[in-house]
Amino acid sequence: MDNIAGTKSGLTWAVHLSVIFLVLLWLFPTIGLFVSSFRTADQISATGWWKALFPTEQNLVVRAAEPSAQVLRDGVYMIEGNVFEDFSVGVIAHWGVSSREISAYQPGETAELRDGSSVTLEADGSYRVESAEEMSGSRGQRIFVTATTPPEFTLGNYEFMLFDPQNSEGMTKAFFSTLTVTIPATIIPILIAAFAAYALAWMEFPGRALLIACVVGLLVVPLQLALIPLLKFHNAIGIGKGYLGVWLAHTGFGLPLAIYLLRNYMVGLPRDIIENAKVDGATDFQIFVKIILPLSFPALASFAIFQFLWTWNDLLVAMVFLIDSSGRTTVMTRQIVEMLGTRGGDWEILATAAFISMAVPIVVFFALQRYLVRGLLAGSVK
Amino acid sequence: MHPALQGLITIVIGVGGCVGYFYFSNFLLDRFLLPARAFTAAETAARRRLGLIFLFALPTLLILALYLSGTGLSGIASGWGLFWLLVVLALIFGLWRLTGFVFATGETTAGHNISHANMIRPWLFLLPAILALGLYLTYPVFETLRLSLIHRNGGVGIGNYTFMFGEQKFWEAMRNNMLWLVVVPAMSTAFGLIVAQLTDRLSWGNIAKMLVFMPMAISMVGASVIWKLVYESRPAEVEQIGVLNALWVGMGGEPQQWLTLPVWNNFFLMVVLIWIQTGFAMVILSAALRGIPEETVEAAIVDGAGPFQIFFKIKVPQIMSTIVVVWTTITLVVLKVFDIVFTMTNGQWGTQVLANYMYDKMFRANDWGTGSAAAMVIMLLVTPILVWNVRNARKEMR
Repeated sequence: MDNIAGTKSGLTWAVHLSVIFLVLLWLFPTIGLFVSSFRTADQISATGWWKALFPTEQNLVVRAAEPSAQVLRDGVYMIEGNVFEDFSVGVIAHWGVSSREISAYQPGETAELRDGSSVTLEADGSYRVESAEEMSGSRGQRIFVTATTPPEFTLGNYEFMLFDPQNSEGMTKAFFSTLTVTIPATIIPILIAAFAAYALAWMEFPGRALLIACVVGLLVVPLQLALIPLLKFHNAIGIGKGYLGVWLAHTGFGLPLAIYLLRNYMVGLPRDIIENAKVDGATDFQIFVKIILPLSFPALASFAIFQFLWTWNDLLVAMVFLIDSSGRTTVMTRQIVEMLGTRGGDWEILATAAFISMAVPIVVFFALQRYLVRGLLAGSVK
Repeated sequence: MHPALQGLITIVIGVGGCVGYFYFSNFLLDRFLLPARAFTAAETAARRRLGLIFLFALPTLLILALYLSGTGLSGIASGWGLFWLLVVLALIFGLWRLTGFVFATGETTAGHNISHANMIRPWLFLLPAILALGLYLTYPVFETLRLSLIHRNGGVGIGNYTFMFGEQKFWEAMRNNMLWLVVVPAMSTAFGLIVAQLTDRLSWGNIAKMLVFMPMAISMVGASVIWKLVYESRPAEVEQIGVLNALWVGMGGEPQQWLTLPVWNNFFLMVVLIWIQTGFAMVILSAALRGIPEETVEAAIVDGAGPFQIFFKIKVPQIMSTIVVVWTTITLVVLKVFDIVFTMTNGQWGTQVLANYMYDKMFRANDWGTGSAAAMVIMLLVTPILVWNVRNARKEMR
């Protein structure tokens, strides 16, 4: 449409480029943490994560084996081995035998040494020192190696954080705690809200407008106000801190949005269907269960996703209503905050923990985005 | 009991309880209380008796329950006695009116019964929601107000507020909250609008939007970890692993502890929320842009307007009401912002905000009075938006 009046193609390019720039800017921080969660602690502290995506060059000083390891073969004294005995660093780009010329030779070339011996080094790190005479001394020949390391990633962090029984900071327990909080806290408010929304949308009774206004008002009441009174209430009725308390709290806090979203959706359903059903003698309960609920599926799904994301990602409600001093029921968000305090610089742990907690919401987000967007639009545009 | 099992049982009880409640309450209403037919004289007499029993049984049960729950008669007698007495009297009066209504003790025809049943039914549908909303959101507002007026030493008055207003940390939190209020909604809305407009006609616009929208799914704690890595600082002699410091050092600066830099650190925290909320703004504004009538844009093009003129003079004015909605929604999020500050700085180095101040007072200092007072300040800041929302909703319904 903008092209009708012959908009310059330069502008189109500018649009493409700026969108690419913005998207990259938005993704960059997340990718950083994601990449870090696949690196070892040493890698993370050695280089920035953005360098992990490309091969790195490393300069090393290694030593060939001691002369005592030499063998006599075909009249030549030989020492064979690999400079990467303990761990492979990568592929050797070039090497040298003197600290002044560390890149004098290519892999596969042979360096002549002053004492008459020669060194050959292959790209994979295997070397051969040859000499016509018996070699002496107690230390092996120094070799200066420049190795290119291909990008290297590990699943070790995830194994450590999820499956290591020795790890007291493992996330498995917290993961299931979060799941235990989330599922009932998502399902129960939907049911309560659906009935209320039907009444507010399709039943005539005095005070209906006032009730809707109340729901709209309660939408914005900060839940901070509810913390102390409800904690006192839970203690008074003997629930204390625990799953039951957090389920009830999430149910209460989620209801205004649930009722509001569902009512807005149900009001838009065609009047004819409902009135026909009434004429045919259906009761309100039957109409609700057989007609309204199936038709409202998109709105129910929207709210379910909202409530799921909100309860899964919640920190405050869980801290106040769930997690007692024993910490047995800690949820993932809380555990991450704690680890930020105790394991401040251990990014491999923090990144992995954060991604374990983010994985499920991100999957839900990408899978059910359609409903999420629809819910957002129903909830605020107008 | 294993929590997963407990969760499963709760789902079954919760869902079963809800469904059972709704089903049986409607069943009772339609079959026994007010069936769609006229009653015989004998039935009417029986219903009168039932009504009388009900009228006396329920208050008795209520008082018994209060007694057994430990509030006891002593509790009723002390202080709250008059209140409870009034409650019970009101209940009896209400029940008296209700019995006549529910048990149809007067003249009965099918139509009368149906219309009465239809007057009762909405309240059956609404009852669980009203109870939950009342207990979990309405009652706490008044209880918090009450708690904020009770001082630690038992005195009643505005002592908590004067104490709070005397605290330097409170004013720091207020100042920061105001900064957040100005910066975050403005930036999120602006970025959201830019992305929405730029992606509007793009072939791959939906993918771009999805990626910008993604932070919405990430918890604020997760986002804080993500951005803490961006702000990570190492000593000058080793390689920087935080992107910001790497860029900064690359441009010749000294590595900085970004989160401890006075005043600036607030903005570094705000970036996290802007990053999250832009996606929300973009989704809403993108839908609004799509809703603009094509003719207005066409007319502007015909009149020779450039792309910038079209955007600022034609499109933005038409979606102004949506921009306001987005702005206020983000403002609400900002007023309650807690997780980010709690996770990243915990209010140190001059980054305190009201919600975290309140949490500090309530759960670290155990000073419920001042904590409640801080919560009331948040409530007060929210109130204008609340009133505005309610007025808009009422206007819409007419």
